[in-house]
Amino acid sequence: MSTDVQTPEPVARIGETRGQRLRRVLSSRAASVVALVIAALWTIPTFGLFVSSFRPEDDIRTSGWWNFFADPGSFTLETYNYVLYSDSQGGGLIVNLVNTVVITIIGVVVPVAFAAMAAYALSWIEFRGRNLLYVGIFALQVVPLQMALIPLLAFFSKGLHIGDFTIMPAWQLDGVNTIVQVWVAHSIFGLPLAIFLLHNFMRELPGDVMEAARIDGASHSQIFRKVVLPLVTPALASIGIFQFLWVWNDFLVGRTFAPGEATRPLTAVLGDMAGTWGFGWTRLPAAGFIAIIVPLVVFLLLQRYFVRGLLAGSVKG
Amino acid sequence: MEISALIDRFGLLAIGLVAFAVILMALYGLAELASRRDRSRAVAFVFLAPAVLFLAVGLVYPAVRTVVMSFFNKDGSEFVGFDNYAWAVSDPDALQILLNTALWIVIVPMVSTALGLVYAVLIDGRRGERVYKALVFLPMGISFVGASIIWKFMYQYKGSGEQIGLLNQVMIWFGAEPVNWLNEHPGNNFLLMVVLVWIEVGFSTVVLSAALKGVPTEIVEAARIDGAKPSEIFWHVTVPSIRSAIVVVAVTVFIATLKLFDIVRAMTQGHHGTDVLAHNMVEQAFRLYNDGRGATMAVVLFLLVVPVVIYQVRNMRRQEQEAR
Repeated sequence: MSTDVQTPEPVARIGETRGQRLRRVLSSRAASVVALVIAALWTIPTFGLFVSSFRPEDDIRTSGWWNFFADPGSFTLETYNYVLYSDSQGGGLIVNLVNTVVITIIGVVVPVAFAAMAAYALSWIEFRGRNLLYVGIFALQVVPLQMALIPLLAFFSKGLHIGDFTIMPAWQLDGVNTIVQVWVAHSIFGLPLAIFLLHNFMRELPGDVMEAARIDGASHSQIFRKVVLPLVTPALASIGIFQFLWVWNDFLVGRTFAPGEATRPLTAVLGDMAGTWGFGWTRLPAAGFIAIIVPLVVFLLLQRYFVRGLLAGSVKG
Repeated sequence: MEISALIDRFGLLAIGLVAFAVILMALYGLAELASRRDRSRAVAFVFLAPAVLFLAVGLVYPAVRTVVMSFFNKDGSEFVGFDNYAWAVSDPDALQILLNTALWIVIVPMVSTALGLVYAVLIDGRRGERVYKALVFLPMGISFVGASIIWKFMYQYKGSGEQIGLLNQVMIWFGAEPVNWLNEHPGNNFLLMVVLVWIEVGFSTVVLSAALKGVPTEIVEAARIDGAKPSEIFWHVTVPSIRSAIVVVAVTVFIATLKLFDIVRAMTQGHHGTDVLAHNMVEQAFRLYNDGRGATMAVVLFLLVVPVVIYQVRNMRRQEQEAR
């Protein structure tokens, strides 16, 4: 800390915000430097990867990305082309990108829709055992998805039996169809948090509105569709973004439930590619950026909703 | 590469969406029917059925099954009692995993929360606060795998020739020898933690910065007039005022840390003494085909989360009562 921390503080000026005052408390100049350093540390690594993705593979192999600025002429989109469309090894990731898109669309829509219905029932329909059920679902947030992996995989490959009695036969999915398993897994794992957050939002809705609609003869499903859903649209957006980021960025669920090289989502392919760091590591910057850019753009554009959901879920009151 | 290779995937998506739409409409129809007859129990049942079915089949039943499996041998054919648990607390490799996990769950939440708090205070009310926040928040949108790739290039080491990892280049600029960072145990564990901290500080900053805006200016003012030093104001006014937000951030990061699989997988695959619980669970079950030990690791993971979540629930309940 610099010396002006020790000097007596000037009297608070009228109109000075609390933030300005607190900043003075922490000494302006040192604070600036620290804030700038942190901001730089948090940006440079990503920037480095971004620059690398436009460099020829030989350059990536032989010199650091900062050398790019000495010779910007070496800019190339060749690697992007290769990783997306080439039939050779380490290429053709467009297939995995499409897998990710296909997985993400259903993996977001289904749990959010089911969670909205469940949250409505748990907050606005009177029935016995409601609180108990809510506490039960709330508690499921504790169960790490690792607890479910082995049995859920067995459920798909062997079905569900009690003794000799078959409740559900094996699914026997293969090839592209294994994506269905990923859909189901993501829908299940996304539910507890989505129900919890939506329940928080829905309970805050004014009871008189529901009451009025009931008196006007609206049924529960009509109230749900025409009154509640429009009112909680921002909440649905927040939860949708959460789930979108989670599914798009997921590694473990994708590689467990869609094990084939051609059916895996992009992140799962990249995770193992980075782990082994074998042949073709010079193509990781481009491949990585393809996977990163979509959620990043969505995230930046819809940050407002994301933050709102974050605060609603974690900081109450 | 031809477009035709992609058609079946979109076909699957179309089928999935249509099937989902049909299910939704059927459910609404049923709910409408029950509503007309004014049976709220039946309506509730229809609204809850999909979620409850999913959770029962996909989470409750598997969790119970996993607990049972942890008492059986690798292929589930023989009951072994607590053998798997004995292995987890005596085998040197397993102990290394527990030790690493312990380091992760202490260090990452502490550092992420502290850094987030410091940064939130530093940028609070500063010109360009939103830009500052966005820069640090950005990694939240990047996957753990993406972040691992980014940092693997930062840490990269070459035995000969020009260094291409920024960290080793910085070492050279400072006149030091480059290091093969990810192979050096136990330091590599901390380098892996950096990646998670890098992601979680954004979360911590946003939540704590929102909490800071809620600290009443009058209290800070009163403390200042009473002659409190800046550091005293920070420790005795600011921190206690946002205490609950700090706890929530720490707990959330703690849980994320405990479940961490991706970073270890993508950075070192658990080699060089960097393995952790959640990653080893997958290794045991899906690479070594030892369902018993995999299940045991999952149960240990679960046991570690439970007390923290109970604490958080209590905390939330107390806040609600205070708010009333």
